[in-house]
Amino acid sequence: MNILIGGAAGQGMETIAQLLGKALVRTGYGVLSAKDYMSRVRGGHNFTRLRIGRKTPWTADGPINLLVALNEEAYQIHSADLADNGRIIFDPEEFTPENKNDNQVAVQLEKLAKDAGNKIMANTVAVGATLALLGLQTTETEELLTETFGKELAGKNILALKAGHQEAGKQCETCLTLPDKQERGKQLFLDGNSTLGMAALASGCRFLSAYPMTPSTGIMTYLAGKQDSHDVVVEQAEDEIAAINMALGASFTGARAMTCTSGGGFALMVEGLSLAGMTETPLVIALAMRPGPATGLPTRTEQGDLEFALHGGHGEFPRAILSATHAEDAFYRLNKAFDLAEKYQTPVIFLSDQDFGDTARSIPPFDFSKLCYRRHLVSEDNLKKPYQRYRITENGISPRALPGQFAGETVLADSDEHDENGNIIEDAETRTRMVRKRMKKTALLAAEMDEPKITGEKSGDILLIGWGSTYGALQEARQLLSKTGQQVTHLHFADLWPLRCAQIKSLFPRFKQRICVENNATGQFAALLRRETGLKVDREILKFNGRPFMASEIVREVQKDV
Amino acid sequence: MCNAKDYLINETAWCPGCGNFAIREALAAALAELELPHHQVLLCSGIGQAAKMPHYIKVNGFNGLHGRALPPAIGARVANTSLKVIVESGDGDTYGEGGNHFIHNIRRNPDIAHFVHNNQIYGLTKGQASPTSETGMKTKVQTAGNILPPFNPLSTALVMGAGFMARCFSGEKDHLKETMKQAIQFPGYALIDILQPCVSFNKLNTYGWYKERVYHPENHDPQNWQAAMELARQWGDEIPLGIFYNVPHETFESHFPTLRGEPLATRPFNPADLSSLQDEFL
Ligand SMILES: Cc1ncc(C[n+]2csc(CCOP(=O)(O)OP(=O)(O)O)c2C)c(N)n1
Ligand code: SF4
Repeated sequence: MNILIGGAAGQGMETIAQLLGKALVRTGYGVLSAKDYMSRVRGGHNFTRLRIGRKTPWTADGPINLLVALNEEAYQIHSADLADNGRIIFDPEEFTPENKNDNQVAVQLEKLAKDAGNKIMANTVAVGATLALLGLQTTETEELLTETFGKELAGKNILALKAGHQEAGKQCETCLTLPDKQERGKQLFLDGNSTLGMAALASGCRFLSAYPMTPSTGIMTYLAGKQDSHDVVVEQAEDEIAAINMALGASFTGARAMTCTSGGGFALMVEGLSLAGMTETPLVIALAMRPGPATGLPTRTEQGDLEFALHGGHGEFPRAILSATHAEDAFYRLNKAFDLAEKYQTPVIFLSDQDFGDTARSIPPFDFSKLCYRRHLVSEDNLKKPYQRYRITENGISPRALPGQFAGETVLADSDEHDENGNIIEDAETRTRMVRKRMKKTALLAAEMDEPKITGEKSGDILLIGWGSTYGALQEARQLLSKTGQQVTHLHFADLWPLRCAQIKSLFPRFKQRICVENNATGQFAALLRRETGLKVDREILKFNGRPFMASEIVREVQKDV
Repeated sequence: MCNAKDYLINETAWCPGCGNFAIREALAAALAELELPHHQVLLCSGIGQAAKMPHYIKVNGFNGLHGRALPPAIGARVANTSLKVIVESGDGDTYGEGGNHFIHNIRRNPDIAHFVHNNQIYGLTKGQASPTSETGMKTKVQTAGNILPPFNPLSTALVMGAGFMARCFSGEKDHLKETMKQAIQFPGYALIDILQPCVSFNKLNTYGWYKERVYHPENHDPQNWQAAMELARQWGDEIPLGIFYNVPHETFESHFPTLRGEPLATRPFNPADLSSLQDEFL
C-alpha cells in the first residue's frame, strides 16, 4: 500500500507523513516514509511517500493507492501513477480535478481546519481523511497529537482530525484495504539522520562542530536539540575548515568528537583529514553524500563520493571507511566508527547519503547495552615517563594520553613530520620510521572490518553486489527476482575500507553472473573491488539521476539481458 | 615556585637576532610568574616561524595547519575547560590564511589568549608580503612593491567586539611579559599583536625602525572604546604600545550549561544510560 502526500514546500507534507507514519506503526503496520524535496523553502513541488506493509518495506516502490494532493501540481504530476481503484484526497477550494470520477474524495481541508480553530491545521484534517479511507479509527493519532502538542493545543487538532475523518468517511469509508497487521511489540519510526545523531550521542560523542549542508544537517539538528539535556556541545563553525579543526582540537584534549558534512564541505575538510592522519587524532566524519560535482543536486541522493572518501587528503595515512546500509545496522556501526577512531587514533569516515538520511522506517528498538565505550587511553600504571605522544611501539599504536591527564607530563601533537616527542624533524631515518609506524594501522583496521553480508545461497545464477544505502532496494530486488525462479544472492558491503576480500573471492566463481549495483555514474565500488581483488564484475547497474533505486528498476535492469 | 627556565626546551630553528626569541622568553616568564603548571597549559599554533613555539615551550601543544591555529583551540576549550589555552602564530597565518577564524572567534569570545607575532612578512616561505606588510614594500613576489594597504588587526578586533586587545613590541620584553600575563588571565578572547622584527627578510621594519616609533601613551583609559580605536588606528611616525582595550564580557564557554563542572573530556559515561533517547521515536 502506497500513500503519496504532495504539495509545495511549506505546506507541511512532512507533518502529515510523520503523524500518519507513527500512527500506522503504533497500530501494528510496517511503515517506510521517503522524502522527495526540492532545494527551496517555499513553493516548488515536494512529496513524501509512505509505504505500508505487513513487514517494514525497504523502498517506496509501487503504484500509488492514495494520493493526498495538497495542490493542483501534486495532482497533475502524480495522478497518472495512481493504481487501479486508487483514491485522491484533495481540497475543492484549492483546485478541481479535470475529470470528475469516483476515485476523488473532496475534503475541504482548509475550511474544516478553520472551523476547528485555525487553518494551519489543514494537515491534521488530511490525516483524519486518510485514516477514514484506510478504515482506521483516530485513537492512536489522537494520542500522538496529545503527546506532541500537550493537552490544551491538542484539543483543536483532535477536532480537526475528527472533522477530516468524518468528512472523508461519508464519501468512502474503508475503500482502501491495508495489508495484514503483525504483532511485533513496540517499534521505532525513525529516519537515518536521527539514527546517526542518536548513535553518536550514545557513543559518548561530546562535541560536534559542523557547517550546515544538506543532507547532513539532520545529524547536527538532532544533536543540537540534546545540548540542554545531555553532555554534548554543538558548534556551528564559520566554515568546514574550522569545523574539522575544532573537532580535532576537542578530540586531542579528550572529548569524543565528530563533524558532519556533504561532498562540498568534505572538499574543504580534506586538509584537516590529513592532519588527523598525521597527528593521529581520533575523529569521526559523517559524510552524507549528495550528487555533485560542485553544488550538484542539494536535496537528492548519490553514492558518488566513495573515491573521494578513499583518496581525499594529501599524503599517505591510514583511515577507515564505514557506510550506512540501513538504520538498524547504522546505529551500531557508527558506534564502531567511534571505537575504531580512538583505538587506532585515526580518522574514520562514515558514509551515508540523502536517501538514507531522509528515509524513516519502522524498526525494533535498539539495544543500547550492545554499544561499546572504551577510551583506549594510557593508564597511570602503564605510563612511561617522560610521556611521548608518538612513541614507537610494535603494533604502531602509541599510548595516547590527554593534555592535563598526568601531572608534570605534556602532550605534543604535530602536523609536521615529528619524532616520538612530537617535535619537528627532517631526517630521513625518523621519517621512515614514523611512516611505517602509522601505516601499520591499515592492517590492524583491516582485521576489524566486517565481512560483507550474504543474503541467499552461496552459489547460483546471479550475485547482486552493493554497498551503503542500496541495501533495502537490493533486498527487495532479490526477493522479486527469486520469485522468477532464478537463484539470486545479495552480497552487501557496510565496511568499505580497508576492504575485506575473502568472502567475495570465494563467492565470485560460484555465480553465473555478477552484477554491481551503485548509485553513481562510474561504478566506483566495482572499481575498488577490481583494484583490491583483481575481480571484475560482469555488469554494472548504475543510476545517477539523483533518485534512489527502486527494487522494480533493479529487477527490470537485471532481466534485460537474461 | 616556577622558574622561567623550566619552560624553555629544545634548540630553536630561528635566525640569530630574530624577534621571536624575546617573545619566547616573555612567554616562559609569564607562565612562570603565573605559576601555571606545564600540564595545565595548551599552546595551539599554525604553521610558520612563529608557529614553531609549541616545540620550544614545555607545555601541551597542538601544532596544527597553516592558518588553523584558532579552531583546535576552541575545540580544546570545549573539551577541557580546566586547560589554559594560548594561541600563537604569525601574521600571515592569523590574518591571511586564518582570517575567517580570526573574525569569528572574536565574535565567539572563547577564553583564549592569542599572541600574534607580527613581523609584517612571510618568514618561513622566505619573504613574501603578508597582510600587514606596508604598502610599497618590495619583495621577490611583490616586485613593484606591495600594492595593498596593510590589514589593521587591532581596529578589526575592536570593531568585531574583542574584550581585550593590546600591542606590544618584542624589543620591550618586560612590557610584553606583563601584558601576556594580563591577557592569559583575562576571561575571554585576548589579542596581543606583537611587533616582531624579522631580521632575515623584513629590511624595512627593523628593530631601529620600531624603536624610533613606539611609545607608551599616557593616561589612556582601556575602558574607553573610542580612545582605544584611535590608538589602534595610529601607525606611522608614532606607534602606540599597551593595552588599548580591556572590558570583559560573556565568554563562549559560559553559554553552554553543559560546560560547568567536570571537563567533558573526563566525565564518566555509559551508553546503556541513554536508552531512553529512543522513546521520542516510539
Ligand atoms: C595551506 C598552506 N599554504 C601555504 C603554506 C606555506 N606556508 C608556510 S608558513 C607560511 C607563511 C608564514 O608567514 P607567517 O604566518 O607570517 O609566519 P612567520 O613565518 O613569518 O612567522 C606559508 C605561506 C602551508 N604550510 N600551508
Ligand atoms: S626568517 Fe625572520 S621570522 Fe623567521 S626566524 Fe628568521 S628572522 Fe625570525
